[in-house]
Amino acid sequence: MPNKDIKLVSVPSPNFVPERDLGKPLVLEVSHLGIDFGGLTAVDDFNMAIGATEIAGLIGPNGAGKTTVFNLLTKVYQPTRGTILLNGKDTAGMNTIQVNREGIARTFQNIRLFDSLTVEDNVKIGLHNSMNYHMYHGILRLPKYWKEEKAAHEKAMDLLKIFDMEDMANAKAGSLPYGAQRRLEIVRALATSPKLLLLDEPAAGMNPSETAELMENIEKIRDTFQIAIMLIEHDMNLVMGVCESIAVLNFGKIIAKGTPAEIQNNPQVIEAYLGAKKEED
Amino acid sequence: MKKHTKNSFLNYGIIILFFVIFQTLVSTKHISNSLQGQLIPICVYIVMALSLNLVVGISGELSLGHAGFMSVGAFSGVIVSTALKHSVENGALRLLIAVIVGAIIASVAGVIIGIPVLRLRGDYLAIVTLAFGEIIKNFLNVLYVGVDAKGLHFSLKDEASLGLDIATGTTIVNGPMGAVGITKISTFFSAIILVIVTLFIIQNLVYSRTGRAIKAIRDNRIAAEACGLNVTKYKLVAFVVSAALAGSAGALYALNYSTVVPKKFDFNTSILILVFVVLGGIGNLTGSIIAAALLTVLPELLRAFSDYRMLVYAIVLILVMLITNNEKARILTTEFKYRLKIKKKSIGNKEVSE
Amino acid sequence: MLSYLINGISLGSVYAIIALGYTMVYGIAKMLNFAHGDVIMVGGYMAYITSSYLGLPYGVAILISIAVCTLLGIFIEKLAYKPLRSATSLAVLITAIGVSYFLQNAALLIWSSNPKAFPNMVNFGTLELGNIRITSASIITFLSCVVIMVALTLFTNKTKMGKAMKAVSEDKGAAQLMGINVNATISLTFAIGSGLAAIAGVLLCSSYPNLTPTTGSMPGIKAFTAAVFGGIGSIPGAMLGGIILGIIEILSKAYISTELSDAIVFAVLIVILIVKPTGLLGKKVTEKV
Repeated sequence: MPNKDIKLVSVPSPNFVPERDLGKPLVLEVSHLGIDFGGLTAVDDFNMAIGATEIAGLIGPNGAGKTTVFNLLTKVYQPTRGTILLNGKDTAGMNTIQVNREGIARTFQNIRLFDSLTVEDNVKIGLHNSMNYHMYHGILRLPKYWKEEKAAHEKAMDLLKIFDMEDMANAKAGSLPYGAQRRLEIVRALATSPKLLLLDEPAAGMNPSETAELMENIEKIRDTFQIAIMLIEHDMNLVMGVCESIAVLNFGKIIAKGTPAEIQNNPQVIEAYLGAKKEED
Repeated sequence: MKKHTKNSFLNYGIIILFFVIFQTLVSTKHISNSLQGQLIPICVYIVMALSLNLVVGISGELSLGHAGFMSVGAFSGVIVSTALKHSVENGALRLLIAVIVGAIIASVAGVIIGIPVLRLRGDYLAIVTLAFGEIIKNFLNVLYVGVDAKGLHFSLKDEASLGLDIATGTTIVNGPMGAVGITKISTFFSAIILVIVTLFIIQNLVYSRTGRAIKAIRDNRIAAEACGLNVTKYKLVAFVVSAALAGSAGALYALNYSTVVPKKFDFNTSILILVFVVLGGIGNLTGSIIAAALLTVLPELLRAFSDYRMLVYAIVLILVMLITNNEKARILTTEFKYRLKIKKKSIGNKEVSE
Repeated sequence: MLSYLINGISLGSVYAIIALGYTMVYGIAKMLNFAHGDVIMVGGYMAYITSSYLGLPYGVAILISIAVCTLLGIFIEKLAYKPLRSATSLAVLITAIGVSYFLQNAALLIWSSNPKAFPNMVNFGTLELGNIRITSASIITFLSCVVIMVALTLFTNKTKMGKAMKAVSEDKGAAQLMGINVNATISLTFAIGSGLAAIAGVLLCSSYPNLTPTTGSMPGIKAFTAAVFGGIGSIPGAMLGGIILGIIEILSKAYISTELSDAIVFAVLIVILIVKPTGLLGKKVTEKV
């Protein structure tokens, strides 16, 4: 069992845990996480804790290692160093599939949908592990097949309602417009009933009104499903608007952590984004 | 009704129609001998194409050794059928047992091959399936099996080392000469049943939880893993089901001839089946059925060209590929379809306005 | 034992030359050119008719054979593969199979299925070292294989055309934007690959003088596995893979079983690929997430 004291020591800056999460266990505790690719250290000494229903942001310049952090959390890459505790459980030695079953779901920066499947089937893939019938039930079309498929259909439609996508259920995922594809990815991730949802640039390519709508929906998802959300995003309006805590990554290291207000006024963050101020200015 | 349900029924319909037409032609003797002889092979190749489509089209992996599974089914089917000749007198029942055993042994081969192979991707997977197909063929070339009162005898050396009892012994598999002295028990009807069972299994599998997972893995492996799908398991399921169906087709095929040689199931046969799948449209089951049927009889139909028929076959194959896959040709056909649509619409509008 | 080894290296060198053609074409066009083995067969027939019927000297016959195959390679590419540049790899594969059938059946019509006794075109006597006899065919096969490999390596690394080839194999679109004529580069690759196939055809038939329309198909498949074995896309890999494959084949024929030698070759291939999925010298490709 992880020692709670060590956990507090290992997180250098105090993490922002919203009041409603006090007394609940943290959903994610990451300490000293790091990965090397050959001689290159892509992420180093990454520490972060996320409350059970917290919305956290991970920002930083391009190439800072943000997506690599997501890949480490979901075990697309196995970390070189550090520990990841998910609901207090160490994920060392797990693969992507097991991590998902333990409760992390994600979306991808470059959208990864099942293009030739329908929107509904994409969501049903998310529901796959919660459906409970065998291959032979399916081949022989036994009553269990019909029952489970019907339940999955209803569940999928309910999930699609979050983004008002029910009427697209029979369209091919690959034929959807960009914004709808991003939303579908979120729905699919939610269908795996995660405890922590990782969103990799959810607003990329969206127009301001779509982004505003997305912000509302992120909060709505948190409230409805009572889950934690961690997002990577370049749209500062969105990050500052929905995130309760933010970590800033630069060159694979966290350079600042805090509430949106603290981050906005942090000189190191401004430097990372805008470059150092010249003497003569 | 959903589109895929309609398609499923269309496929059953095609097969039943095919059966009714040709059964009528056979019973009224309006069919040439050579074409009648092709009826069972057509069904067998339809099953082969459908099962390969499960791997190539639905699971998205290129397999170049499908004939290998067919041969495993063929030889185990023949061994079982000959061994049971006296204990199971009923031909239909013996055929059923042989087909099931063929399917089981082929699926075992599928598991043995699939577990290491499915870790590889793309062309590497293709070349390893090719290699396995060749290994199976080579192995069958040195396999000797016989049966006598004491039971089955196996050898990898020669016929003599089987040590068969002279009075009661029969050689079943004789190395490069293949399976010999087979009693023909396959019938057109049983072949049609096998096609329908194959369609039933594949179609119901594809439109179930398992099939959905297989297709999702094909579309995007990484996303499938992120959704908690066990990628290796579902790839293996597709591969093994496909192998089992190929094995059953192999058994039915072998029991339609008096001798079957291992060379019959070489690389060229694997390629031939792949051609059916690709020409019929990858992932398109109706297409596989039609392509397998037409291309099995095409060399017969091209008999008029005698020596040139395989050359013509090759040219037809190249031309079809060029026409169906060329960017320019595709644009032209889409444009044509679009115009047709507009025309229909404008006709429809006129009717409304009048 | 040593003489088997030498036979193995000799056969392996032929595989290596064929595999070089496969690897280059695969590297640049990302396609399995199944017709490559049949170009070998055409090369064999060309050398055979020009020398046996027309009575030309072997050297000239070989040169004509190389020229014909080079043209054939360019012709096949232009006619059958170029229109499919944007098609799926499976469609191109099937087309290549169609081309392979076409060449085999055309050869069958022209030259019939009767095997032709191919003269040993590289016979300059035998080298005797103690009780080991090495035929000149073996030596020349091995030497030409080494020369070809070195020449190709220099060509791709040092010359402008070679560098263009590398660029096209990395990224066609980007290469085009840099002003490289992609179509010409691909044609050149097919030309070189097919020219090599002609050489392989002559060398193969000089050692195994049984020329039929299907002569090329099995060595073609084996050379392809050799290319995969060594790591497809890699020139030294193709050479290494070819020679190892040849040695395994001859040794298993000598010591284990003639019938099972092919099975053993393929089994070794499978083991290698399972241990090292990109072949001996292949580059590891990771998918970016």
